[in-house]
Amino acid sequence: MSPVCFAPDSGGGGGASTPAPWGETKVVGARLPRVDAYERVSGSAVYTLDLQLPGMLHAAIVRCPHAHARVKRIDTAKAETMPGVRGVLTGESPGAAIPWYQGREGPLSLLFDPHCRHEGEEVAAVAADTALQAHDAARAVVVEYEELPFVVDPDKALAPDAPKVHDWGNLLGQPRVTTRGDVAAGFAAADAVVEMTFRTPVQMHTPMEVHVSVAQWDGDRLTVWDSTQGVYAIREALAGALKLPLASVRVVGHYMGGGFGSKLELGKYTVIAALLARRLGRPVKAALTREETFLVAGNRPSNVITLKAGAKRDGALTALEARLSGPVGAYPTSAVSAYQIGDLYTCPNVKFETTNILIHAGKARPFRAPGFPSCNWALEQVVDTLAEKLGLDPVELRLKNIPTVSQLNDNAPYTSTGLARCLTEGAVAFGWTEARRRPKTAGHLRRGVGVAAGMWGYGGDPNATAIVTLYADGSVNLNTGASDLGTGTKTVLAMVVAEELGVAPDRIQVEHADTATTKFAPSSGGSQTVLVNSPAVRAAAIEVKRQVLEIAARQLDKPVGDLAVADGAVVVAGAGGKRVPFSELKGLGERRMLVGVGMRHPHPEGKLALPFAAQFAEVEVDTRSGAVRVLRVLAAQDSGRVMNRLTFNNQVFGGVVQGLGFALTEERVLDRATGKMVNANWHDYKVPTMLDSPAEAECLPIDPHDTECNTVGAKGLGEPAHIPAATAIANAIHDAVGVRPLEAPVTPARLVALLAAQERKG
Amino acid sequence: MARKPRDNEHTCPHGVSRRGFLGSLGAGAVAAATLGRPGETAPPEVADAVEPSKVTLLVNGRRHRLLVEPRWTLLHVLRERLGLTGSKPGCERGECGACTVLIDGVPRYACLTLALEAEGHEVTTIEGLMRGEELGPTQQAFAAEDAFQCGYCTPGQIMAAEGLLRAKPAPTVAEIRLGMSGNLCRCGAYPHIVKAVRRAAEARKGGGR
Repeated sequence: MSPVCFAPDSGGGGGASTPAPWGETKVVGARLPRVDAYERVSGSAVYTLDLQLPGMLHAAIVRCPHAHARVKRIDTAKAETMPGVRGVLTGESPGAAIPWYQGREGPLSLLFDPHCRHEGEEVAAVAADTALQAHDAARAVVVEYEELPFVVDPDKALAPDAPKVHDWGNLLGQPRVTTRGDVAAGFAAADAVVEMTFRTPVQMHTPMEVHVSVAQWDGDRLTVWDSTQGVYAIREALAGALKLPLASVRVVGHYMGGGFGSKLELGKYTVIAALLARRLGRPVKAALTREETFLVAGNRPSNVITLKAGAKRDGALTALEARLSGPVGAYPTSAVSAYQIGDLYTCPNVKFETTNILIHAGKARPFRAPGFPSCNWALEQVVDTLAEKLGLDPVELRLKNIPTVSQLNDNAPYTSTGLARCLTEGAVAFGWTEARRRPKTAGHLRRGVGVAAGMWGYGGDPNATAIVTLYADGSVNLNTGASDLGTGTKTVLAMVVAEELGVAPDRIQVEHADTATTKFAPSSGGSQTVLVNSPAVRAAAIEVKRQVLEIAARQLDKPVGDLAVADGAVVVAGAGGKRVPFSELKGLGERRMLVGVGMRHPHPEGKLALPFAAQFAEVEVDTRSGAVRVLRVLAAQDSGRVMNRLTFNNQVFGGVVQGLGFALTEERVLDRATGKMVNANWHDYKVPTMLDSPAEAECLPIDPHDTECNTVGAKGLGEPAHIPAATAIANAIHDAVGVRPLEAPVTPARLVALLAAQERKG
Repeated sequence: MARKPRDNEHTCPHGVSRRGFLGSLGAGAVAAATLGRPGETAPPEVADAVEPSKVTLLVNGRRHRLLVEPRWTLLHVLRERLGLTGSKPGCERGECGACTVLIDGVPRYACLTLALEAEGHEVTTIEGLMRGEELGPTQQAFAAEDAFQCGYCTPGQIMAAEGLLRAKPAPTVAEIRLGMSGNLCRCGAYPHIVKAVRRAAEARKGGGR
């Protein structure tokens, strides 16, 4: 165990000063299987969808089948008399007139809005004894609609005669222009200029567990079990919707089957479950069907990105100019991000314009680095093309433009950047130079390699509180509000306690994601979970350790400075030093427990702590069928300290696989004639299977030993692992067959068309 | 994308065809279309979708006598009647494999198998791989290799792996990739799943089930 410096307590509770960074660690960084692995592989983990409460009813939701319609009449008479049906909820029901989706001048819609602005909008709901009965009854609710003209194609939504999603039209706000330097001068100074227009798909989150809530009332107090990424965010929104005090709403989110951003916000199904449960005096489960998740649980918006870039002969970028637009769906959110254009590379002259468009389709939600993979698809293909034009190695050109400051944030320096190392060390580990020299293979199977770099632009919400409790027998409770989406949060945080307090991870019970019993943690999203919560947990463990050592110092009559903790015991310094197990500390026995509260410290002043990545891919393209196989991928990730090598690798590979889906297979298809989604299922919407995923995947962590970002030295991982993955594949396709896949996903049909066009051109 | 073939070739011991099943779920038009023109042949006998039938199911070595609606899937009965929630619904239409169980030792989608169809067959769920509180070798391998993230598809993945290894104790990587391709993992834990299946194969060499 590394020594930790203890500054004297500065006074108030938990006021210990910032601890020194870790040097070598014993537990943190190890390949440790998850603390909840047993539950997850035995089938005993209870996910929200598994929850059964006595007397629990099941809800089903009646949804608008049209892209745009007005509800004229709802007849629930038949449904109400069907077997097992306990109640029907419509917009007319008491307490159901709940405003939904905030606009600048107030709410834009209702829980059950008679004006339905996309397929799948909620019209009514039914509760019955079983889910099948509820769905039978929901189908028996007769709804008369007035169908209205719609627009689902973002390319047509801004035409003057396009049907309007909201009164003000289909432009959300005004296009925003960001400028730095003088792009015209930059292009004039360039030796090579490239301009291209890219299209990216609407990608669907489709976590394996559907969106689901169970609501139960106890008098005026509401408990909701929710498959969510953030219990505190859901509680706040739910209390707001139902006009309840925060203290009266408990949200529990233990095991949850994936979110990827789609389970950050309050869903209507949650409020519907709560309303039905209150009215019927019984717990109610509201689970979406898989098809419903495709319609109403968010998506990554498609983007159209026109990007022009100029560079000097040596590869130095002189100017970047871009227009980005995308559809947010029927309600406000953001569809695009130009962040990487502004900040991934040093470039003095930058101009970009972002436009958000409303269409008659389900609202977008954040999806693993919102906007970033789409922007990366454009930026990193353009940079690749510049390298080709200038006769430079794509790695070399990128290395020419590595920033140490954030140009979008007044040139604030980064606490660390491993971007250059990701590129150079990644290239070596991948065998980049040799792979590029290899012949493409004659015949119809062509191989190629590609690289893409990327960064993530969010450093996290610095507010989090954790509690560590050491019991008299030496076992530990770790209390954190953080959700574990499957990233290994519980395991990593337990490892932090183990590291600091010298107890084995299996002696630590993790209590998490419950607003009644755990303390605030921000939602698990934005790649912030580990870097926000680990420092709070570490501070709490350090506080417990301080108390342990004080107690031990009295018992052993030694100065605190001579004592340390290791293997569940206090150890006296020096050879053959005495060892007192925690369970034999008298002071601990008397007090029964020692409690340490840890708060997250603020972010470093004037600096940014952000993660970077470079990924390399090798593909094989079948020029006859247009099929692309990703043979191998190497992901070099600067996410700071590796907290657990096993879960780190796993999350990186997951990011790569989702990137592969973006690049090759995934695409929401809306029918132009009806505005309805035609592939709202996993057969027609192609999530990568094991056969699609790369046969070889390697993860290369690049740790710049960041001592400033926070007290554990970790930066975000989930998103930067995903951002460049698709573009590395695109660049490898180009390397293999010489065509630029501007439009994602690069389906066999699209690639065959590109190859045919290339052939025609000769 | 390779997927498992739809599990619709079972003949049902109670005269409930998949067509009747579809009809009961409200896809009446689909059922009608497949039934042919009226009067051409006598329509097959179709049980009432919600009239309960007696059935005896053998699940994890234990016999259960149940009254089930003919339209209930095996998955529904396992979860809602027997409390075996390890088998997960993902799509309820045979696309994701989260509900994979073994029927007579062969991986099957429990969402595409009617409870009535399972009568007379041996059903094994993730809970059935346990030896008391102890994990079976395939489960242990998944835990050790961190072959999951959110863990929701994991019971199905483990059952697919278990079925694969029972049929093919020493599969090649290519065989693992093919054998596991009927099970989606949205977290993308596939590289670790391959390792886990290889580890499980090794572990089972030494006398594991």
